[in-house]
Amino acid sequence: METLPEQITLAHGAGGKQTSALIHQIFERHFKNTLLTADDAAVLPRPEHQIAMSTDGFVVSPAFFPGGNIGELSICGTVNDLSCMGAKPLYLTCSFIIEEGLEVERLDQIAASMAETAEKVGAVLVAGDTKVVGKGQADQVFITTTGVGDVVSQNPLSGAKAAPGDAVLVTGDVGRHGCAVLLSRDEYGIDAQVESDCAPLWKPVSAALKAAPDLHVIRDATRGGVGTVLYEIAHQSHTGIRLKADAIPVDPSVAGVCGMLGLEPLYLACEGRMVMIVPQEEAQAVIDALAVLPDTQGICQIGEVTAEEPERVVMETEIGTQTYLPEPGTELLPRIC
Amino acid sequence: MKQNHQISEALRRAIGYLKNYDGPEVRIMEVCGTHTHEIFKQGVRQILSPEITLISGPGCPVCVTPAGYIDRAVALALDHGVTVCTFGDLMRVPGTEMSLSEARGRGGDVRVVYAPGDAEKLAAEHPDQPFAFLSVGFETTTPSSCLAVDHAIRDGLDNFMLLTANKTMPAAYEAMKDSTDLFLYPGHVHAITGLSDIKKMQAEGVSGVVAGFTAGELITALALAVKKYGEGEPFYINAYPRVVTEDGSPEAQKLVSQYMEPCDAWWRGIGMLPGSGMHLKKAYAQFDAAVRYALPEGVGKDNPGCHCGDVLQGRCRPEDCPLFGTVCTPVHPTGACMVSSEGACSAFYLYGGKK
Repeated sequence: METLPEQITLAHGAGGKQTSALIHQIFERHFKNTLLTADDAAVLPRPEHQIAMSTDGFVVSPAFFPGGNIGELSICGTVNDLSCMGAKPLYLTCSFIIEEGLEVERLDQIAASMAETAEKVGAVLVAGDTKVVGKGQADQVFITTTGVGDVVSQNPLSGAKAAPGDAVLVTGDVGRHGCAVLLSRDEYGIDAQVESDCAPLWKPVSAALKAAPDLHVIRDATRGGVGTVLYEIAHQSHTGIRLKADAIPVDPSVAGVCGMLGLEPLYLACEGRMVMIVPQEEAQAVIDALAVLPDTQGICQIGEVTAEEPERVVMETEIGTQTYLPEPGTELLPRIC
Repeated sequence: MKQNHQISEALRRAIGYLKNYDGPEVRIMEVCGTHTHEIFKQGVRQILSPEITLISGPGCPVCVTPAGYIDRAVALALDHGVTVCTFGDLMRVPGTEMSLSEARGRGGDVRVVYAPGDAEKLAAEHPDQPFAFLSVGFETTTPSSCLAVDHAIRDGLDNFMLLTANKTMPAAYEAMKDSTDLFLYPGHVHAITGLSDIKKMQAEGVSGVVAGFTAGELITALALAVKKYGEGEPFYINAYPRVVTEDGSPEAQKLVSQYMEPCDAWWRGIGMLPGSGMHLKKAYAQFDAAVRYALPEGVGKDNPGCHCGDVLQGRCRPEDCPLFGTVCTPVHPTGACMVSSEGACSAFYLYGGKK
């Protein structure tokens, strides 16, 4: 068996002995399960219900950040997209584009995180692909994952189902992933400790669906954050959304960093937070069910869906006034003084 | 985890006072863009009695930077092959022909940085390429531009420059004093400069209050000032004493006076204000991009339909401009007040909604 050098070279993507050493010693070792294929495609048992399928590419820079890495993120992203449709994640594939020179040790950590994250939700990695590109043609490593889930929920979820009177819940404090990644780029000279909220959320979603069979909407608040998700839902359902500023959970460090840079936490990405829209009478049952789970302890209600002000998100401020949450789309540039 | 947002009893009383105020009619100008932004974000105008009017003044550095300055920066990038480093806010400000963002699209090397020091570092890393930092801003940002020049001297760089359009607040106070009854003075500016400029205004019969930037600090300052205004005598109040001291920051003042000196400056929408700008002293002309590349002076041309000038002087509210929310939006700004998040038009559009 070829031994792996310290760094990935173009030869590891050429399909020969070195490729096979990389696959055996990193990917197969971490991903091992009976369905992982050694052939051209994985052949899989048919799920019980309809299937949900989703794909997502991950290019986060830096690849390692406080609270996670690109591997963990690549599984969370796809698992959470499936979960939002009421689908239990079953099978995942992954495609790596690796920059020549990446340390093998780092790739090993990434693969280990992927396996560990998938296992948390009972999903398995069944197929993968590896390409190596020249120095400078990628930034360390890019990963694309695709997932298939079993739609166990009888209740079709959709942003269009938000209805006036519904409660708007968020499963924890907002903006942490975006803030952690910004800080780890080290461009701002700000010394603050913020960890990403990155987490796979099938278990809490499954608990929420049991607690509130009539749940209307579940969305993961990734790129664009909670604010963007709320505007998407408001547009889809032609309803208004009214938020209470003093109910929105923000970690004090995140609030401090946002204050300095002129950013709005509601527009920073989360990677382990769901927005849930649920009939008000079922809201407490969802909160009670999720508050006891490790990744959703911070669940709370931040507002409600209204018939007034359709397609706008209105903020009730701490001083009792009402303003609009700015609609996403304009680049939020850091303030200069 | 959740922060305690409960507002204090004192703040509740201040809100009540501003709501129920029935003293003499009073116009208050906030001179600072950060105040403007926070006032719109928090909906502060909604809690004011009809006797109190807030006017957004000319304190957003991006908004008062004339089109001619953008033209010079574009020329540096496109005609002189200089790498132009800028705060992000300036990227989309319209010049006469084009914005910096468009100049980048035409092959100019224009980069967004977060501090002047970042541009100095880039210059140190690429000694064969000239770099110019677009030095705009008031007393709060001018010291960091001077510090970058200081570091360039320390590092022996001859490829780092500033293109200055720095401005000073007292000139704005002077120019605006007839448009308002009271000033809401910017706390961070006076953290640098101290209280002497404000005392000078008081001696001229102009009143005002130094305020911080949270909703609570702003509202408390407004309530204190409105209450005092009823007494009729010129006054100043420092409602931000935990940050603003009598003398300000001597270190920052020393740094600025070492490298820069006052000059006349053109303010978009207002015009030429004598002694209202800061540029590099002659001894440091090698760090002045306008000198090194002999860039022509000029104020440039704004869109004639744009009312930014009137908005900046409090003569017109954003929604009174015919372009507001239709032709001019944050995605396609016509005037500078719509570009910067601190501009009155942008803040009104984002938080108050278009009409």
